[in-house]
Amino acid sequence: MTAHIEIKDVVKRFGAATVIDHLSLSIDPNEFMVFLGPSGCGKSTLLRMIAGLESVDEGTISINGQRIDNLPPGQRDIAMVFQSYALYPHMTVADNMAFGLRNIGVAADVISARVAEAGRMLEIGHLLERKPGQLSGGQRQRVAIGRAIVKEPKAFLFDEPLSNLDAALRVRTRVELAQLRHRVKSTMIFVTHDQIEAMTLADRIVVMNNRKIEQIGTPMEIYSRPATRFVATFVGSPTMNFVPVRVAGGETGGATVTLGDGTQVKTAIPAMKLDPGNFTLGIRAEAVRVVADGQGVTTGTVDVLERLGERTLVYTKLKDGSVIVAEDIGYSRVAVNDTVSLSIDGSRVHLFDTSDRAWHCEEGING
Amino acid sequence: MAEAVVSSQVGRSSRALTAQKAPPANINASQWRNALFIAPYLFFFATMLVFPLIWGIWLSFHKADTFGVGKFVGIANYVRLFSDKIFLQSVGNTFYFVLLTVPVLALLGLFLALALNRQTRSAAFLRAAFFSSSVLSVTIVTLIWRIVFIPDFGLLATIYGWFGLPGPAFLSSPDLSMIAIAIATIWWCIGLPMMLYLSALQQIPGEIYEAAALDNANRWQTFRSITLPSIKRTFILVVLIQVVMQFQLFGQARLMTQGGPNNTSKPIVMYIYDVAFKRWDLGMGAAASEVLFVLILIAAMAQFLLTRKRGEN
Repeated sequence: MTAHIEIKDVVKRFGAATVIDHLSLSIDPNEFMVFLGPSGCGKSTLLRMIAGLESVDEGTISINGQRIDNLPPGQRDIAMVFQSYALYPHMTVADNMAFGLRNIGVAADVISARVAEAGRMLEIGHLLERKPGQLSGGQRQRVAIGRAIVKEPKAFLFDEPLSNLDAALRVRTRVELAQLRHRVKSTMIFVTHDQIEAMTLADRIVVMNNRKIEQIGTPMEIYSRPATRFVATFVGSPTMNFVPVRVAGGETGGATVTLGDGTQVKTAIPAMKLDPGNFTLGIRAEAVRVVADGQGVTTGTVDVLERLGERTLVYTKLKDGSVIVAEDIGYSRVAVNDTVSLSIDGSRVHLFDTSDRAWHCEEGING
Repeated sequence: MAEAVVSSQVGRSSRALTAQKAPPANINASQWRNALFIAPYLFFFATMLVFPLIWGIWLSFHKADTFGVGKFVGIANYVRLFSDKIFLQSVGNTFYFVLLTVPVLALLGLFLALALNRQTRSAAFLRAAFFSSSVLSVTIVTLIWRIVFIPDFGLLATIYGWFGLPGPAFLSSPDLSMIAIAIATIWWCIGLPMMLYLSALQQIPGEIYEAAALDNANRWQTFRSITLPSIKRTFILVVLIQVVMQFQLFGQARLMTQGGPNNTSKPIVMYIYDVAFKRWDLGMGAAASEVLFVLILIAAMAQFLLTRKRGEN
């Protein structure tokens, strides 16, 4: 049994401060949904409201059509993995996993079978008699996930479960979580501020900022068609370049934009949809390449080089002072203070107007 | 010339290297001068604790009064002590008192801490109220409780009088005198256990309770499986402190009942006081003190070992 979670117009206030402002969202059965956003955007509060650890001031939350926001946490048939794991320190690993099942009167043989199965699945079978204090961070993390799995809930909630792990373990656990979600058929909601976790794990991402949803979409939709400048900034590394441009108007097909240094770039964004005026051009580093002299559309002076191995990020300053991060091959011959020629892929740019509305390239339009 | 410059540079750099190679002082090495850091404490520990303890033991094997220490008498003081019915009675009284007070202090303190572990103004006021009695001196405490217990016109007698009943003779009944002292003592001492429990309760991470709520635990299951195991160490600490403290009952008994009636509320410390400072038999007083010391040690150690063993299981 898996959950279709429907959040309708919910509001959460802490005193005078509104932390969730009339938010609606639908999560499909078996979907892996990631709430992504900066600290304080309300993503953890929303998760805790689904779990029942925070009350809902307005609106409703329902699972498979049944309203749950008025039920106590234990009766919602969901399991949660906490950031700090929240294991019971004086209970063994096996007891930690069995506690919730014992409380609802599950038969002892069923409990031990489920605990053994979870132990095998998570490779913690040999740790069942240990206490959490005797485990490493990664092992505790597995126990916390095991405690959720044995309950066979309709939905799993993860509250930044990887943030207490070191970098290497975080990557490994991320891969294991991705494998786990295919073995455990259930709806999963995962809260994180790490865009890589969101991109790699999610079926769909909810990007949240400042108490509300900025965009809901698949990882590639979020990446390639960011709905707002905030989403464009928050997702992707390095951060998208933003350059002030002018759109002259009066064109058919793709709009031509003029950069601050006078460079004209033909884009695949339909010109007829744009009013002439000032815009911000958004373009990722991978769409700006360092090319042989004279072959690019503009030139810039190299400020900083970041060699990442398989590619090199080249921070260049255009003639008007605006900074663009371009990409070059791993063994780039470029040096700081060189003047380099840059090509801009007009079919992979975005335009944002002053009211933060975004326009994207469309197929069939020549960029 | 150039060679000379080079060699002088080499000489300088090799001197610099030699200077760097000098072994750095190992601050973790055991050195006598490090003892200076604990010397002030050690001085008071030795003069105030170790020396009196040894002197007390030495004194208990001698005939001694205020004029000086007389001859060595072996275990004669201990033989006299254990053949003194009043001493044996005072040992029994003290055990009875410890049994009356320590469980109540440990459990009532826990109950109060659980009830008042919340962020409301009334809880803060009540915490302060329950702790406030701890700051009173024994003189004030016994004065207050004498006013409650005193026959005929005490608070208790007055309340019983409203129902036309004679008040219980708390201070003059052999069966009730120790209970009266225990009630006053619990009222006086409840603040510390409550505060110790409160600090332990506040150290339990809130997320564990949230996990328990998601695990369908009801209030009793949460208390038994989460709260109690989390404060187990504090519970042991409270019992240990109270056992040690209550074995040393003196002021309340001295001021409320003078150990009476008929020595039924006379504790060991009061016996020591009477023997050493009223009868000036310092040797026997010292012997009784050593018996008390051993009793407290045994009780505290037994408590500690028992709970540790159970904890390991």
